[in-house]
Amino acid sequence: MGTEFNGLLTATVFLPAAGAVLLLLLRGDRVIRGAAVAVAVADLVLALLVFAFFDRAGDAARFQLIDQFAWIPDIGLKASYLLAVDGLSAPLVALTGLLGLCAVLASWHITLRVKEYFFWLLLLQAAVMGVFTSLDLLLFFLFWELELVPMYMLISIWGTGRKEYSAMKFLIFTILGSAFMLVAIVAVFLTPDVGTFNLIELSGPGAILATAATLIPLAWLFWLFFVAFAVKLPTWPLHTWLPDAHTDAPTAASVMLAGVLLKMGGYGLLRINVGLFPDQAVQFAWVLVVLGVVSVLYGAVVTMRQTDLKRLIAYSSVSHMGLVMLGIGSVGVASGTLSVTGLSGAAMQLFTHGTITGLLFLAVGIVYEKAHTRYIPDLGGLAGRMPFVAAAMLIAGLASLGLPGLSGFVSELLVFLGAFRAYDWPTVLAVLGIVLAAGYILWMMERTFFGAQRERFADLTDASLVEAVPLALMVVCIIGIGVYPALLTDVFDSALEPMIKAINGG
Amino acid sequence: MNAHDLYVVSPYLAMAGAGLLVIIFDLLLPRKIHGLLPYLAFLTLMGPFVLSLAQFYDLGLAANLVRDGEGGGEASILLGSLSVDRFALFFNFLVTGAAALVVLASTEYVKLMPRFQGEYFGLLLFSATGMMLLAAATELITIYVALELTTLPLAALGAFLMSGRSSEAGIKFLIIGAISSALLLYGMALVFGFTGSTQLTDISAAVQRAGSGVAFGNYALMIGLVLLVAGFGFKISAAPFQMWVPDVYEGAPTPVVAFLSVASKAAGFAVLLRVMFTGFFDASLDWAVLMAALAAASMTIGNLVAMAQSNIRRLFGYSTIAHAGYLLVGVAAGVQAGQSGLDVPVFAAIGLDSVLFYLGAYTAANLTAFFAIAAISERVGSDRINDYAGLVTRSPALAVILALALIALIGVPPTGIFIAKLYVFTAAVDSGLAWLAIVGVVNSAVSAYYYVRIIRLMFLQQAPAIPDSRPSRNPAPWAAMGVAAAVLVFMGVAPGFVMTAAGAAVRALGV
Repeated sequence: MGTEFNGLLTATVFLPAAGAVLLLLLRGDRVIRGAAVAVAVADLVLALLVFAFFDRAGDAARFQLIDQFAWIPDIGLKASYLLAVDGLSAPLVALTGLLGLCAVLASWHITLRVKEYFFWLLLLQAAVMGVFTSLDLLLFFLFWELELVPMYMLISIWGTGRKEYSAMKFLIFTILGSAFMLVAIVAVFLTPDVGTFNLIELSGPGAILATAATLIPLAWLFWLFFVAFAVKLPTWPLHTWLPDAHTDAPTAASVMLAGVLLKMGGYGLLRINVGLFPDQAVQFAWVLVVLGVVSVLYGAVVTMRQTDLKRLIAYSSVSHMGLVMLGIGSVGVASGTLSVTGLSGAAMQLFTHGTITGLLFLAVGIVYEKAHTRYIPDLGGLAGRMPFVAAAMLIAGLASLGLPGLSGFVSELLVFLGAFRAYDWPTVLAVLGIVLAAGYILWMMERTFFGAQRERFADLTDASLVEAVPLALMVVCIIGIGVYPALLTDVFDSALEPMIKAINGG
Repeated sequence: MNAHDLYVVSPYLAMAGAGLLVIIFDLLLPRKIHGLLPYLAFLTLMGPFVLSLAQFYDLGLAANLVRDGEGGGEASILLGSLSVDRFALFFNFLVTGAAALVVLASTEYVKLMPRFQGEYFGLLLFSATGMMLLAAATELITIYVALELTTLPLAALGAFLMSGRSSEAGIKFLIIGAISSALLLYGMALVFGFTGSTQLTDISAAVQRAGSGVAFGNYALMIGLVLLVAGFGFKISAAPFQMWVPDVYEGAPTPVVAFLSVASKAAGFAVLLRVMFTGFFDASLDWAVLMAALAAASMTIGNLVAMAQSNIRRLFGYSTIAHAGYLLVGVAAGVQAGQSGLDVPVFAAIGLDSVLFYLGAYTAANLTAFFAIAAISERVGSDRINDYAGLVTRSPALAVILALALIALIGVPPTGIFIAKLYVFTAAVDSGLAWLAIVGVVNSAVSAYYYVRIIRLMFLQQAPAIPDSRPSRNPAPWAAMGVAAAVLVFMGVAPGFVMTAAGAAVRALGV
């Protein structure tokens, strides 16, 4: 095990944590807010540097910007501090930096326990950055757990409605999921001749796990990891914590939750379930497809019935995350003929859903802040009062339902193309979900933003500058990726191709 | 007895001497500077610490400082009764460190006592002497004496407040201690009857000869060993020998409970490991099952009953039972069935490594928690969990420190107990005890319920409008709390240091 130290990733992960601690020393709400924005901007710059420095040339090393040194010595538990990015994680790091800044800006109006609030928010960002960059299973698990406490606090202190119930539900679901993951991690480590937590070694061309005599059958390991990630994604029937958590969370927490925390689930499925267990992934692809299709349709149908704006977006997330599952299920084609399309679509869906839903929650947050209600029948005609917010919401909504030229179209198309080759009828069913999406998105837009203007909303104002910046950032992303998707697909594919090769070869 | 023998036992003499010194200081110090007494007690602890350090550097990896007479020179009279090796020294440092922190944390607490402050610290240090001896003893009578030396001062300390609750705690601890000693003695008698020796090395040889027709090789040996385990079970507060724990934890003075919950438990595990692994290893496949059963019972009972508690000390009483269970998982994982034949046990060092590391992390976590509880009850004037509501707005630092300790006790990173639990459960799976690891993981998840409940109360609830009593400005308890919390996080972020020490200690057992 070598020692390398580039430092960029370490800085990206620990800058928000250091900033969070620094915040505790400051006084005055305005100073704290400003410092939090500065930290978030600096971390976004670092995250974009990670994305820019990532060498996407075909012959470049798969894992780059490595920071590695021995963490726990080789007595029973050998673990290393290992941060690195590949094509799968580099875009997600950039996404986390972007949404982190949006979340901080969206928290401008917070007045309750300001210092504590930004402390948790920045710590959350550090933990998520750590999840996406750590390639040692133990370190990965550590960051995975570290994310729980800030999210729990953000929902239960600064949330609305049944906030403590929702926060507890979120905590219990995730902890139970990660308990399964821990068992699997230990079992992988203890397999004779494996003895490592290093994901680069585990997923390398040697395919250590496939030939080793594991303590628990490989299929069990696959499912143990799967449960942890399926809870996080979330997929039906493990999704029930999501609508509650989203509905009761403050805007910034919703943005982080939908934008990056759910992506940890999809990332884990791709990185570990497909990366470490390619044979099992192919074998059980049909289960993933069934779960994916059910999530897409069930999520969409339930979304139609929602009257709370946040709950509506939350259920639409269940539906859209079903597409990620469907895309991953595309590995179930006849052996030797798998192309990267489906997985690429799943990875793209992670990114595009992050920006789209991030934008939707930001816009809803502004509406709620001004109109003091999220109950759809009470709203209406807001577009006249807040045209900028309405335009942003419309763009996000159209991207969400897959309008060509916007980012959602790219990922959804790739998912459907990939999955259709493996499972044609289930994919056709899933496409129905997009038709339903057109229904609930447009119906929601009509009832909230269009139609007759209401007397009681006569003195609403459009987004202020601080509120408008994150909206604009997200709109740029959505349109940019829609117009030039290769910016991301090339990067994602550089990491997914080796996985495809492992599946086709075996 | 020659000079070298004196050097061998010097840390124990120094610890006992420290206790005597403090009592004498108490008598001699003028009233005006009597407040210095705790700091003098702290300083006297430097003696055993420095001597242990010197011995640590004198020792090789698997060596015993007690001379056996081979290679010239006379054999020590201590031979066979004490083994001063890295295993013993690991616990010397653990006990001395815990004692030092408890002394610092007591500086405020002893002001409640108008008299007998010297006796308070003296008894604490005498008990610590017993604990250190327990980790080094390799002979049954020595073990018994060391055990009594540990227990009796703690019983007196438990009753130190002279209130009803405190007296109850002291008496209960004394009676239960007597019962467990009786069981232990009976077990020792049976073992002596079977093996003809009280020295662990001779016992080991006799057990090896015994063959394996019945469990443990022989019925008398089986009963003797079970009684020994029961006796030790009281000391480490494992189920089903746990009934004294909640009452004592509720009634005894808080710093005493802190000391009892970590140092006494560590010493109990030290002697358990020494006796079972050096004395009875050849019967280990039989008693490992017993350990696994005790582990499962302790974890489950401790965690389930803890959920129903409304008093924070009783809650910690049940929590400590649960943690004894996690530790016993590691003990059971120290034994593996051999590859060649079914009845040949193989020593798995990782199990014992994990127990020692866990003891270190648990010591740091529980001391942090109890120091915080002591400081909080001084401010809030209550041990009811519901009175912790909104603590974060009243004393943010205490709330954060207690939350850190609670999070650690669940086993959440980045704290030492996360690595410790991982280590223990890894060892269990490695030794073919996957079911026990699953029981442990499920129990950890269950335990989150009652630990998180306290955090929720402190951070999410409104504080009642009662003004707090003015907190003291004494920095010593804060220093103790800070050091314990720092060690707790250090062990989670950079576990290598303690892991290496634990590894060296376990190898010194020479199984």
